[in-house]
Amino acid sequence: MPGLDRLETRLRASRDAGRKLLVPYLTGGLPGWTDGVRAAAANGADVIEIGLPFSDPVMDGPVIQEASQRALDAGATPVTILEEVRSLDVDVPLVVMCYYNTIHHPGHQRFAAMLASAGIWGAIVPDLPLEESGPWCAAADDAGLSTIMLAAPTAPDDRLPLVCARARGFVYSVGLLGVTGERTSLAATATALARRLKAVTDVPVIVGVGVSNAEQAVEACRVADGVVQGASVVRRFMADGADGVGEYVAEVRQALDRGI
Amino acid sequence: MNPTPSIMSQPSSSGRFGEFGGRFVPETLVPACQELEAAFTEAWADPIFRTELDSILKEYAGRPSILTECHQLGARLGIRLLLKREDLNHTGSHKINNVLGQTLLAKRMGKKRIVAETGAGQHGVASATAAALMGLECKVYMGAVDVERQALNVFRMKLLGADVEAVHSGSRTLKDAVNEAMRDWVASVESTHYCLGSVMGPHPYPWMVREFHRVIGNEAYAQCQERIGDVPDVVVACVGGGSNAIGIFSGFVDTRARLIGVEPAGGAAVGRGQPGVVHGMRSYLMQDEYGQVLEAHSVSAGLDYPGVGPEHSYLASIGRAEYPTVTDAEVIEAFQLMARTEGIIPALECAHAVAWISREAPKMQGQTILMNLSGRGDKDVGQMMEILG
Repeated sequence: MPGLDRLETRLRASRDAGRKLLVPYLTGGLPGWTDGVRAAAANGADVIEIGLPFSDPVMDGPVIQEASQRALDAGATPVTILEEVRSLDVDVPLVVMCYYNTIHHPGHQRFAAMLASAGIWGAIVPDLPLEESGPWCAAADDAGLSTIMLAAPTAPDDRLPLVCARARGFVYSVGLLGVTGERTSLAATATALARRLKAVTDVPVIVGVGVSNAEQAVEACRVADGVVQGASVVRRFMADGADGVGEYVAEVRQALDRGI
Repeated sequence: MNPTPSIMSQPSSSGRFGEFGGRFVPETLVPACQELEAAFTEAWADPIFRTELDSILKEYAGRPSILTECHQLGARLGIRLLLKREDLNHTGSHKINNVLGQTLLAKRMGKKRIVAETGAGQHGVASATAAALMGLECKVYMGAVDVERQALNVFRMKLLGADVEAVHSGSRTLKDAVNEAMRDWVASVESTHYCLGSVMGPHPYPWMVREFHRVIGNEAYAQCQERIGDVPDVVVACVGGGSNAIGIFSGFVDTRARLIGVEPAGGAAVGRGQPGVVHGMRSYLMQDEYGQVLEAHSVSAGLDYPGVGPEHSYLASIGRAEYPTVTDAEVIEAFQLMARTEGIIPALECAHAVAWISREAPKMQGQTILMNLSGRGDKDVGQMMEILG
């Protein structure tokens, strides 16, 4: 276990200080998105996930699909988004969420260098499972980027330690069987998988997909070390802009701080 | 039995054909793909499963499909033209071979429900048919554009008891129907089998679907031996994802026959694409300079797909098969040519193969050409009526 991953080091320190980790997601390239990131950073995010829009987002539900399409229609590319990242000047680690062809097309090393030079800390690649992750992970490791692995509720017990062993930064614990999007209640799988992961790893375990509001975030964090807030943030950004993001992130932050 | 072809053998343990294929799916689906691989491997080696499938193919789907010689069109083009008549299978295309195999397997695995994507509707109709036969619940995703241009097939699926959902995202065609079927599967994987319709997707699909279509090549090889005492000089099929082409190629890949997979000019993954990863596989893919998948444009809904099955990418990369393109205008012409000269209305997909043969015939004078007529054109009559005014 390479103990020097800087994202993991930082998140462990926060966790060990008793803080629950909050990871808002925003689709890069939406008009005004950088203000949304700044608002999230100013209101209690521990990491911010920037989605690089892709034409065929198979893990995403309607809200993030729509955001991706809007960003693509606005002319967003990985190059334009990373260029804007350079100007962000926020004091919170930034990671990207991107589908694998976005990496594959320029090539692993070139893409890793692009991310690193823009100041990105890590990457989440939802269609790159453990068995196919070797070449990207090697390039990411070399560039000092954390590859955040996803663990799914369908994984048998013997798979989880393998996923955790390859995880850098944190483990993304997929909250339910399904795609991203808000649900009326937190699925039982969310806490069940987080509990299974906590039993086999000391890497921070953060639940994403289907954690839809402050109440569900608190519920998930009774077991997990933190939550990703995706569709709930993106929906507010598309409706109310950066202010909507700031208010919502602050609300979840307060709930997590109170709930502990 | 034919000897096992060496070029089209089992993929590597990671599902690779050369550098193509693999299993690029969300973590949620990895165990399901592994389970499917194990179940298929076991079933395919089980004589009881094979006997049951062979029996259904014979008594329900109507196999073996016949070989028809096109005397008029052949004479006109200066070639000997043989058609493998997959259009005469139950449901009107080769797709039934694969869905009967997959639904039989799904039942064996204890699944209660299948989901499928469809472009022209042929795979959707075949899936709905097999689901009705096997007592499985069936949901079919179809791009909204295709729902409109293939209204007859939509109604057929509904008649067969399937739930058809129009997909309004992206290009609203086959590519997006695959995305939506995968999203459904991510949410329903415990009860549901994804009945993928072509030799594409994550491992084991490209291999499994090829094996279910190998019957086309096996029969055609034996029929050619009987009819002409030889293999044909050229074997031609249309290619979208590439399942009918893989099926017929499988019988001839280790012979001297040229293998031709005809792509639409507006959806030429091999012809215009670069290696990329989408829908679970690494294969040739039409994409822009940032890796965004491009929309395909073809008069034929079944070939309106920007990717191609990974084994085709492999066959192209080693030079064993060629992947030329034809234009929509050539296809529309060829559709009418076959109808008028032979009294056979081909599916618009297959009219791509006819178009290539017709264009290239001057360079193949006196040669024997075997074409896979993978589907009938009844479904396209309404669309042609509009096109021809």
